[in-house]
Amino acid sequence: MNLPNNNLNSIPIRIEDVAEYSIGNLRALLAEIAAHLEKLARDGATASIDLHSLPFASGEYEQLRLLLGQGEVAASIEAIGPSEINETRYPGVWWVTHYNVEGDIVADSIEITLIPEILKSQPEDISTGLELLRAQLNGEVQS
Amino acid sequence: MNEHETLGARLAQQGISRRAFLKFCAAMTTMMALPPGAATAIAETLLKAKRPSVIWLSFQECTGCTESLTRSHSPTLESLIFDMISLDYHHTLQAASGFGAEKSREDAMKDFFGNYLLLVDGSIPLNEGGVYSTIAGRTNLDLLQEAAKGAAAIVAVGSCASFGGLPMANPNPTGAVAVSDIVKDKPIINISGCPPIPAVITGVLAHYLTFGELPALDELGRPQAFYGETIHDRCYRRPFYDQGKFAKTFDDEGARNGWCLYELGCKGPTTHNACATTKWNGGAGFPIEAGHGCLGCSEPNFWDAGSFYTPLAAPTANIAAVAGAAALIGAGAAVALSAADRAKKKKKQQAHEKLSVKDLGN
Repeated sequence: MNLPNNNLNSIPIRIEDVAEYSIGNLRALLAEIAAHLEKLARDGATASIDLHSLPFASGEYEQLRLLLGQGEVAASIEAIGPSEINETRYPGVWWVTHYNVEGDIVADSIEITLIPEILKSQPEDISTGLELLRAQLNGEVQS
Repeated sequence: MNEHETLGARLAQQGISRRAFLKFCAAMTTMMALPPGAATAIAETLLKAKRPSVIWLSFQECTGCTESLTRSHSPTLESLIFDMISLDYHHTLQAASGFGAEKSREDAMKDFFGNYLLLVDGSIPLNEGGVYSTIAGRTNLDLLQEAAKGAAAIVAVGSCASFGGLPMANPNPTGAVAVSDIVKDKPIINISGCPPIPAVITGVLAHYLTFGELPALDELGRPQAFYGETIHDRCYRRPFYDQGKFAKTFDDEGARNGWCLYELGCKGPTTHNACATTKWNGGAGFPIEAGHGCLGCSEPNFWDAGSFYTPLAAPTANIAAVAGAAALIGAGAAVALSAADRAKKKKKQQAHEKLSVKDLGN
């Protein structure tokens, strides 16, 4: 069955002003992020906050997006569904969102780190890639 | 089915990169409600994980638990997990019927004796020799006892299998009991809820698949990761409770402002479940977000615990006076109010006693 508007994401959400709306859940979260960021700056300790496990009032999640904003880096990954990795306007604070192939969020976290692990090339993938490249050089694979 | 094939091998066959696998682990970590840092740590374990055989038995139930579970795994990351267990018997979902269906159950019990995971939804009727619910001419009791013998562990899915559920409601005409009332010699995990949150069912299966053992349980046999805190403790409306702001009716200004539903009978303070954070329908919301109090469906005897609209216990003091004081002297009084209520809540919680109108006056 194909209903119009059957995707939750297609329902527009009006975002109210922070001061008008937030009931206190965001302030606690921002304080936690600040504490982690201080540790990252001081001794390089990384941290991760699973947004899935935190309570949000309707609209607070969107408020958090506004509050953290968009920084210099916006990356996307295509691996069993898309992933969005954005540095927020606070360097060292990253917003990592994984979607499945149907577009549902399957993991959503704030990472306080120099670079999220998922962005790095993985040794196993490098080895596989190297084999492919060698094969191509040897003319075993048509480009 | 190849029982010896590891998850790593299966992923490699499907051409899934290590980065994709790390993403999968991140999703699993969220699902299992583990600390986010655990993702890389579980990756190696998971690669070597075997694919366990699963037998699912449905007894006195409404199929709501299965309905819930199927909502969690359209072809998604979660469905990967389902590719990775071997669901050998589930009489609602399987294609086979009749003798063929029963044979697949018997084969799985024989081939994987001692190693399969037994999932049960529904309570087990004991009155009149158990004739109130039979499958292929055999009573639920008989089927459960037989299947339990070779199970590595048993997962009771839903409040009926966990605690007796609606069939056990007063006057319990069928003599319904929970799985744990019958099976005493196997590890049992209770995933209560009416129905349970689909992600909690898959999360527990993922935990078993990853670590080869059941997760840490609370005193009612429920996984602590999902039932460790109350709905109230994780509710986004909690700041209103702390400020003493309560909706008094379902259509007053407080209700429209999204204030706390405590006085409208919300059972959040005594209910342990993950609804407030995991949420339902793909994260769309949960009952309190829709403006209705929690019914307490993941706690034993929730249907016999008085009206859904009676407050758990009236606030210990005159709520308006205390809330007024809180506004004057800040957080202190709000904390005092919470502490007083917490003591009362705990008492009710421990006793699971029936609440009456009299409680309002206390």
